[in-house]
Amino acid sequence: MKKHWWKILSGCLLLYTVIIGFLGDVPSMAILNESIRNLYFHVTMWFAMMILLIVSLVNSIKYLGAFNLKSDIIAEESARVATLFGVLGLITGMVWAKYTWGAWWVNDVQLNGAAATMLVYAAYFLLRNSMEDEQKRARISAVYSIFAFAMMIVFIIILPRMTDSLHPGKGGNPGFSSYDLDHRLRLVFYPAVIGWTLLGVWIMNLRIRLKNLNNRIESK
Amino acid sequence: MLTKLPLLLFVFMLSLVLTASAQNGIDMADTMRSSGKIYVVVAVAAIVMIGILVYLAVLDRKISALEKKIKDKS
Repeated sequence: MKKHWWKILSGCLLLYTVIIGFLGDVPSMAILNESIRNLYFHVTMWFAMMILLIVSLVNSIKYLGAFNLKSDIIAEESARVATLFGVLGLITGMVWAKYTWGAWWVNDVQLNGAAATMLVYAAYFLLRNSMEDEQKRARISAVYSIFAFAMMIVFIIILPRMTDSLHPGKGGNPGFSSYDLDHRLRLVFYPAVIGWTLLGVWIMNLRIRLKNLNNRIESK
Repeated sequence: MLTKLPLLLFVFMLSLVLTASAQNGIDMADTMRSSGKIYVVVAVAAIVMIGILVYLAVLDRKISALEKKIKDKS
């Protein structure tokens, strides 16, 4: 139980999100109507992605410091789960956009930036695949990972705030947070972020353990 | 007792959030709520969530078994 408490917490928080997310009270806003509940699913995907990318960045830097392959494995797997969340964020965003803005995609800074970020991280995995030698692969992909993170910050956070954007929170639109995210939303949103992030960590943990097992079997 | 804590937390938070929503002219899914269909939505979403969590738990257990096997062998 000591090892697994956070997995159970993740499950509880996610079940809470899914149940109260639909039953709970939300502010009535024009155009959005009930879809404001997507906050607990779409926005949380990006938050979870961010947290996991920070994990990846930290481990990339750690690898460059000590050249311990363990850090490299964590850097790769956290980036992998982060990319999964990013893709899910894009897809859920597209569905939300279709029914609120009227189109699956608009030529918008935030959207294009998010898509570009996913491409940047897809390139990270391609780069890793192109190299056989473990240490070389770890070193080069760690350096790339640091640049990739910087690009992500630029594409997702900096650029959209500098120009006009349709997306809430960017380009002069009030984000759900800027006029004090309604406390009813916060009550589900914060636990949801933690729940989804912990789920990502769980998936990452399983992948890493599987990888370590395979390595151990192969090296025998 | 400690294992009951998540459930307790859940019930507590449930009681905080279930309040009546006000009508102010903006269409919300009140028909879904009044006809009880909202519970269908909740049930579906909960089933999907539980399915994913159970899958992860099973996978976790399989990997733990493998790790133990390899540790015992060496």
